[in-house]
Amino acid sequence: MNQDKTAPPIQVVRLHKYFGELEVLRGIDFVVDNGEVVCIVGPSGSGKSTLLRCVNLLEEPTSGQVLVEGIDMTDSETDIDEVRSRIGMVFQQFNLFPHLTVLRNLTIAQRKVLGRSEEEADDVANRVLDRVGLSDKTNEFPIRLSGGQQQRVAIARSLCMNPDMMLFDEPTSALDPELVGEVLDVMRGLAEEGMTMMVVTHEMGFARQVGDRVAFIDGGVIVEDGPPDDVLLRPQHERTKKFLEAVLQQ
Amino acid sequence: MKRATKQKLRRWALYTLLIVIAVAVGLLADWPTIQKAFFDPEIAADMFPEVLTTAAKNTIVYTAMAFALGLVLALFLALMKRSSVRPYRWIATTYIELFRGLPALVTLSLVAFGLPIALGVRIPGGTLGKGTIGLGIVAAAYMAETIRAGIEAVPRGQMEAARSLGMSRGSAMQSIVLPQSFRNIIPPLTNEMVILIKDTSLYFVLGTTIISKELTKFGNDFMSATFNGTPLVVIALVYLAITLPLTRFVAQLEKRAARAR
Ligand SMILES: Nc1ncnc2c1ncn2[C@@H]1O[C@H](COP(=O)(O)OP(=O)(O)OP(=O)(O)O)[C@@H](O)[C@H]1O
Ligand SMILES: [Mg+2]
Repeated sequence: MNQDKTAPPIQVVRLHKYFGELEVLRGIDFVVDNGEVVCIVGPSGSGKSTLLRCVNLLEEPTSGQVLVEGIDMTDSETDIDEVRSRIGMVFQQFNLFPHLTVLRNLTIAQRKVLGRSEEEADDVANRVLDRVGLSDKTNEFPIRLSGGQQQRVAIARSLCMNPDMMLFDEPTSALDPELVGEVLDVMRGLAEEGMTMMVVTHEMGFARQVGDRVAFIDGGVIVEDGPPDDVLLRPQHERTKKFLEAVLQQ
Repeated sequence: MKRATKQKLRRWALYTLLIVIAVAVGLLADWPTIQKAFFDPEIAADMFPEVLTTAAKNTIVYTAMAFALGLVLALFLALMKRSSVRPYRWIATTYIELFRGLPALVTLSLVAFGLPIALGVRIPGGTLGKGTIGLGIVAAAYMAETIRAGIEAVPRGQMEAARSLGMSRGSAMQSIVLPQSFRNIIPPLTNEMVILIKDTSLYFVLGTTIISKELTKFGNDFMSATFNGTPLVVIALVYLAITLPLTRFVAQLEKRAARAR
């Protein structure tokens, strides 16, 4: 495999995605550099999730290229599973495995994908759990945890794979307001450690403080892309202004 | 009259009716004859221990084997039905429709007598071998839909989360989706097993030897030999002893599932 460590972690080239007749992504060009935190904002249905899901090929692009560390994801020769194991993904609905304990949620992919021994996997899991502040929940089942705790477990589950980058799809949108902070704190910690992150979010405060860049997407195209303060405080486009006004009014 | 009083009266009327009928049956029935025809302790005693050591054992072994084969086939059929390759879906659909549409007895005969002629092979294992294949094929057709529904009831996000961790489709299916689907699948599969227990009585068409008789055949033969209905009552009780725990088990599971929801 021609993995190129000098290539940007994520590079999207002329990406189009149709669902049947509906063109959801209409030519996206997009790069995320090493250690960069890019926040993606935009109205509902604009294609944010679809873009994110095209990066790890949960959705198959209709045309265009998705390169992860220089590897063409749409190439049929690419070992998708191997590349995916290096891309962490966090979902709005957590998607923890309800039939497994927290510890097993964190170890199953380590065992099955990375071939780690049970001992090693447990070790990694315990360390990561400690880091997201949940070492006391090792043997609980997900259903017994609060939403914020579940999402932190989901982040931990991804981290156990030692990913090179993380994708977040509205990680706090399903949470009660008082639980949002604990999840954002974990994400902020990751950003500070230099994790490459692509974050779809409605948390404008987070985007401003933590994001290196903010991209505003609407109708399947990136309308505006730049430093957070430029995009969020001094938007150039009418559509961006409208969207931000609507968000701020809430 | 108040509604509560009315309801009370109606309930009393129903109880009275029940008691009248019970008394009438009790007085009119010819109890000594009934007892001789259906509850003859000597004939019942004669059936032991074979009714348990041979007949009940055979029924259980036949059921277990047919169920096991059916389960494996059904799992393949369910996965084929969800395949992105269209011919696989067609094959699975045809299979399911075909064997759900035929009487089990016909499939059993086709396998036992048709298959050896068609393929020129002898099915090994005697009654057990033929019956297992025949009834297993039928059971798979019913269980496939159950398993498919169970798989589809697992939220899509589970597969997606597993895949995005780098797990292969097969691995994710095996350790994430299927274990969760079993929860939904176990009650209907247990019901299917109860049906199978009763369907093993069809094995009489396969021809049986003394040691390969299952409960129904055993009871019928005993009845013919004794000209008495007692053997039927005995095997009925044995059937219930096997099936009742299973149906209770399902009821329990369903109650628990309802509470969890
Ligand atoms: N699997 C699918 N099949 C058909 N249409 C889809 C599918 N997934 C998404 N869409 C459609 O594509 C469009 C973009 O969806 P997407 O989920 O990417 O939007 P989004 O920006 O993430 O919105 P939200 O903020 O509501 O999550 C929507 O119109 C949606 O209905
Ligand atoms: Mg979305």
